[in-house]
Amino acid sequence: MATASAERIPILRMGEFLLVSIQVDMHDRLALRLQDDLTEGITASSARGVLIDISSLEVVDSFIGRMLANIAAMSRILDAETVVVGMQPAVAITLVELGLSLSGVRTALNVERGMELLRASVARAERGPTVARDED
Amino acid sequence: MGLATRTRIPEILREHRDELINEWTTDLAADRSQRPDLITPQETRQQASEFVSLLADALERTGPSDRMNGAWVPVRQHLESITRSRVQQGFTPSAVASFVLSFKRPLFEKLRSRVGADELANELWSATLLLDDLGLWTTEIYQKSREEIISRQQQEMLELSTPVVKLWDGILGLPMIGTLDSARTQVVMETLLQRIVETGSQIAIIDITGVPTVDTLVAQHLLKTVAAAHLMGTEVIISGVRPQIAQTIVHLGVDLGQVITKASLADAFALALQRSGLTVVSRDQKART
Repeated sequence: MATASAERIPILRMGEFLLVSIQVDMHDRLALRLQDDLTEGITASSARGVLIDISSLEVVDSFIGRMLANIAAMSRILDAETVVVGMQPAVAITLVELGLSLSGVRTALNVERGMELLRASVARAERGPTVARDED
Repeated sequence: MGLATRTRIPEILREHRDELINEWTTDLAADRSQRPDLITPQETRQQASEFVSLLADALERTGPSDRMNGAWVPVRQHLESITRSRVQQGFTPSAVASFVLSFKRPLFEKLRSRVGADELANELWSATLLLDDLGLWTTEIYQKSREEIISRQQQEMLELSTPVVKLWDGILGLPMIGTLDSARTQVVMETLLQRIVETGSQIAIIDITGVPTVDTLVAQHLLKTVAAAHLMGTEVIISGVRPQIAQTIVHLGVDLGQVITKASLADAFALALQRSGLTVVSRDQKART
């Protein structure tokens, strides 16, 4: 159990974004640790976006689903956009059947698209409300 | 029952085998319901003689009253294969059953000439029970093979009715036809999500023009599919909402939430192109600019 508690999911910094790739089976303690590390990481690096890649995640339960939603909500409070990318069909069906539609979480098919989304939303935020009006 | 534990039927079947088969096949050939156009006399004769041999074997090994015994398995299997081939040839259930039942007349006549008056009633009774039971068996098999056909067709329909088509690079289309139930929704959802992964499509259009009615359950199924696709990062547009269905959805109080709906597939496709940053321009217009 000593190794299990030392185990953590790496958080990579890439410019103003943080990258998290979940490649092991998520258990509850690991999920809570990720939540801690990520919120601290956002504050420390004043990141503008978080990208969570779950393409290797095959199994998901309600706790992990809720954790993803929580991370997104927390990041938003810390002024960072969250994008979850690469969800497997089976995982998506399970989450929907569990009644978790993760309505506050942005999603993309793969890391590339996810980064595009993050860049676009950061650019939109930087342009400010005056320019945004011209778009209409 | 005891009264038919000792029977002379197998002995008669052995001794008068060829006579019985001849009479039986003559009867069968005279019967129009046996479809001489579909089955040759040789084939019928071969099936009949095998039946008589297997019947005699089974009767020798066990009494006629114990027909669930393992000794009857070859007889039943033979009848099963006859029935299955006739189902495919288009025989009616009564025609299949009367193949077995028409053996009664030749057999009864032989019994009458060979068995004494005091035993005759018993022998006739056990022969009747036996052949009736085997006749009913063919009907059971007939029905079973029909049910197999029906369930296979249902499966095929399920596969046929949920094609996922690629409309454009990054745009998938899913034209739904027929009523949506839980089983179908599951298949639709799985195939759609699988295709999204394969093609990396960012937009999927579900066209419900072919869905006859939308009730709360169907709407819920649709919303689930949309939510699952959204989780994977794909936007779903629902198109083909007929006026009647729009009214029903509002009257039922179904909340479609953030789902984008369009009246026609063309509208949905136009929106999908726009979201992908594409435009369709007519050649004339292009020449002018």
